[in-house]
Amino acid sequence: MNYRAVRAIYLFEMARTWRTLLQSIVSPVVSTSLYFVVFGAAIGSRISQVEGVSYGTFIVPGLIMLSVLTQSIANASFGIYFPKFTGTIYEILSAPISYFEIVLGYVGAAATKSIILGLIILATAGLFVPLHIHHPVWMLTFLVLTAVTFSLFGFVIGIWADGFEKLQMIPMLVVTPLTFLGGSFYSIDMLPPTWRTVALLNPVVYLISGFRWSFYEIADVSVAVSIGMTTAFLVICLAVIWWIFRTGYRLKN
Amino acid sequence: MSSIISVANLSKTYGSGFKALKNVNLDIKRGEIFALLGPNGAGKTTLISIICGIANPSEGKVLVGGEDIQTSYRKARSLIGLVPQELHTDAFESVWATVSFSRGLFGKPKNPAHIEKILKDLSLWDKKDNKIITLSGGMKRRVMIAKALSHEPQILFLDEPTAGVDVELRKGMWEVVRTLQQSGVTIILTTHYIEEAEEMADRIGVINKGEIVLVEDKATLMQKLGKKRLTLHLQPTLAALPESLAHYELDLCDSGATLVYDYDTKGERTGITSLLSDLRTAGIRFNDLDTTQSSLEDIFVDLVRAS
Repeated sequence: MNYRAVRAIYLFEMARTWRTLLQSIVSPVVSTSLYFVVFGAAIGSRISQVEGVSYGTFIVPGLIMLSVLTQSIANASFGIYFPKFTGTIYEILSAPISYFEIVLGYVGAAATKSIILGLIILATAGLFVPLHIHHPVWMLTFLVLTAVTFSLFGFVIGIWADGFEKLQMIPMLVVTPLTFLGGSFYSIDMLPPTWRTVALLNPVVYLISGFRWSFYEIADVSVAVSIGMTTAFLVICLAVIWWIFRTGYRLKN
Repeated sequence: MSSIISVANLSKTYGSGFKALKNVNLDIKRGEIFALLGPNGAGKTTLISIICGIANPSEGKVLVGGEDIQTSYRKARSLIGLVPQELHTDAFESVWATVSFSRGLFGKPKNPAHIEKILKDLSLWDKKDNKIITLSGGMKRRVMIAKALSHEPQILFLDEPTAGVDVELRKGMWEVVRTLQQSGVTIILTTHYIEEAEEMADRIGVINKGEIVLVEDKATLMQKLGKKRLTLHLQPTLAALPESLAHYELDLCDSGATLVYDYDTKGERTGITSLLSDLRTAGIRFNDLDTTQSSLEDIFVDLVRAS
């Protein structure tokens, strides 16, 4: 194991985060605050409680997931796409490091960044609404699992993308709709039965449901199913990355 | 001398079906400066990319320091430093950070003294805290070399190291390369500047259309393929060559003012003595003569045309 290489990539990526602090940390915090003002205060004041929790409090886990998902994908996809774009990837590919170590460095840094971001948003939310976390360990588990899984997903997008448009396409056209329709702002029990069934095809539902359960012990689907689905997605991403490196797809051909 | 790199039956076909390398066999000796010459698109960069792990080979085997580049890639790659042709840099990093990053990437413990030495050797020390984006092209090129040397490689690949570099800087780089060779580093360079290969290399390989056309000691190559040209400045000028001189295959140039005779230095007889004697018999007079040796460039052009 080339720990020094993993460390070098990890620190390099984290240095990029600190260099772009405004874009990386401040802007998601600002947009989350706006969600609270609009959904929590303005609209939320007209909505009665959702499953025994005030609406403002109810949307906190969904908002955190929204940011963690999109930021994990954005960080990881950009992290690996940019060296491909500038050509500096030559150095990574010619270094004595394994694919696992490359992924560990890039995905580790992207996940770290979104976990930090998730916690910052959690703290920001605490300023707007009263929060109580029933299962802090599970909350962290879901946070880490989601950050890692979607950083892996972002890594795949970053390798696949051969232009900035493609880099933005999946997050914009697939992930954002799935997140909004995944129950960030409502319980899927509020949907008509048909749409509820459709919603269950959305993997994000399971993430948000499990994450919300760790806060308030209320969930759309069982926690075991949530963990199972998230882990399944993690395994799929790992399998795709394994295939990418084995074939050299968009890297070595 | 033992081989430090051994390439056997290496082929590369790109997804488009383009065959960039066709059954390449090549051995690089430990401690030499090897120049790989070839026109654009000949396969130089593809060959280097495969040896360094940037591209996958389609067929064949490469050993670096006795280690297979695919099954024992860690050991093989840690011996190599690569300076690619294009200036790929992390624009917003400082010189110091980017060179230190490279060392870490190759699994070496921190060694600020070594990095300081490299930066000083490459006249980059006073720029160590500058962002790369602020540097000139020549400096960026040297940053790339510094990155490649950061992990103390035994083999250094320089892919077109002096493309777009001014004469003074080019000479400076040659100095650096020679110093490296003296410290035991094996150097493989590709170049368009034949003059550079002629000046630097111990051995020369010529690649064209994905095939190695020739590998030879530079001196032997120059001697073996070196032709000389005798130019006679005629006085008075000549309208046409007499029949008696037809078998010399002379060229009458400049409206009959110069007579050109190509001869082979490797041949036992150059034919010069009899030519001069026959000229005298034919009554052709000249007031000056000079001889020139063909350069590596001429040899190269001949080889590429022939292949």
